[in-house]
Amino acid sequence: MATRLTTFAAPSRFYAAAGAAVPWCWAITALFGLAGLWVGFGIAPTDFQQGDAYRIIFIHVPAAWMSMLIYLVMAFWAALGWMLNTRMSAMYARALAPTGALMTVIALWTGALWGKPTWGTWWVWDARLTSEFILLLMYGGYIALTEAIDDPRRAANAGALLALVGAVNVPVIYFSVRWWNTLHQGSSISMTAAPKMASTMLTAMLLMTVCFWAYSFAVVFTRARAIVLEQESDTDWVRALTRTPTSEGRP
Amino acid sequence: MNWQSLDQFLHMGGYGLYVWGSYGATLALMLAEALSAQRRRRLALAAARDAHTGEGQP
Repeated sequence: MATRLTTFAAPSRFYAAAGAAVPWCWAITALFGLAGLWVGFGIAPTDFQQGDAYRIIFIHVPAAWMSMLIYLVMAFWAALGWMLNTRMSAMYARALAPTGALMTVIALWTGALWGKPTWGTWWVWDARLTSEFILLLMYGGYIALTEAIDDPRRAANAGALLALVGAVNVPVIYFSVRWWNTLHQGSSISMTAAPKMASTMLTAMLLMTVCFWAYSFAVVFTRARAIVLEQESDTDWVRALTRTPTSEGRP
Repeated sequence: MNWQSLDQFLHMGGYGLYVWGSYGATLALMLAEALSAQRRRRLALAAARDAHTGEGQP
């Protein structure tokens, strides 16, 4: 009994803790989203070169950052699960993938709608755009591969290999504007130099980044809880959960 | 404040379609993803409950 409890402790503890955290994540998402939109549209001035089209930056850059960050976190959990064979790691990795793919789609979509009025084209096959598109293919490949294999452990291991190989692409995306000539403008924020944008614009972008971050936590936690239930449905704690007539147990 | 009227706000200095097309699609995608994740958890819980009802009988 004691060994069984420790074996199942991690997923059941995660399920409860994540369930408690999700409402707070949504509250932060709403709060910072509203603040970011207020600063971004109400206070930040019109750009003297790009007019009001630049306001797309407040969602474009946070989405692009999250698309890369989520991939690295996904590859980290996938690799950890592969090396240590821990139960939760692979579930985290699989919960992250769809949200990372969504962030990539948002980055590409808002980028196209920003590129048309400022560059005169929706799309070019340059280094930054192409590598971000490859990121979307990586997410798609990871999701398809892990969904196609029925055995969770084999699915996790195959997915981990793909995720790790694809991780090479992330620094390529990040440094592409420095390594190659591209239509895409350089980094908005650099670790070594002062930001090249007005402080109200920067404030709005950072507020929206917190909003996107909290959103990702809320959705990934929710999806991870679903995956835990799917994979642990035969365990005692899930059995106990389905018998508890609390609001938590009700569908 | 940058805008004198709602019309001006929606017009976005001529870039309304691009700006609102970006924000609208982002909001729609995020809502859809959030709802589908919640739905998946509800379904998983319901499936676990269905699998366990009737247990203990031959």
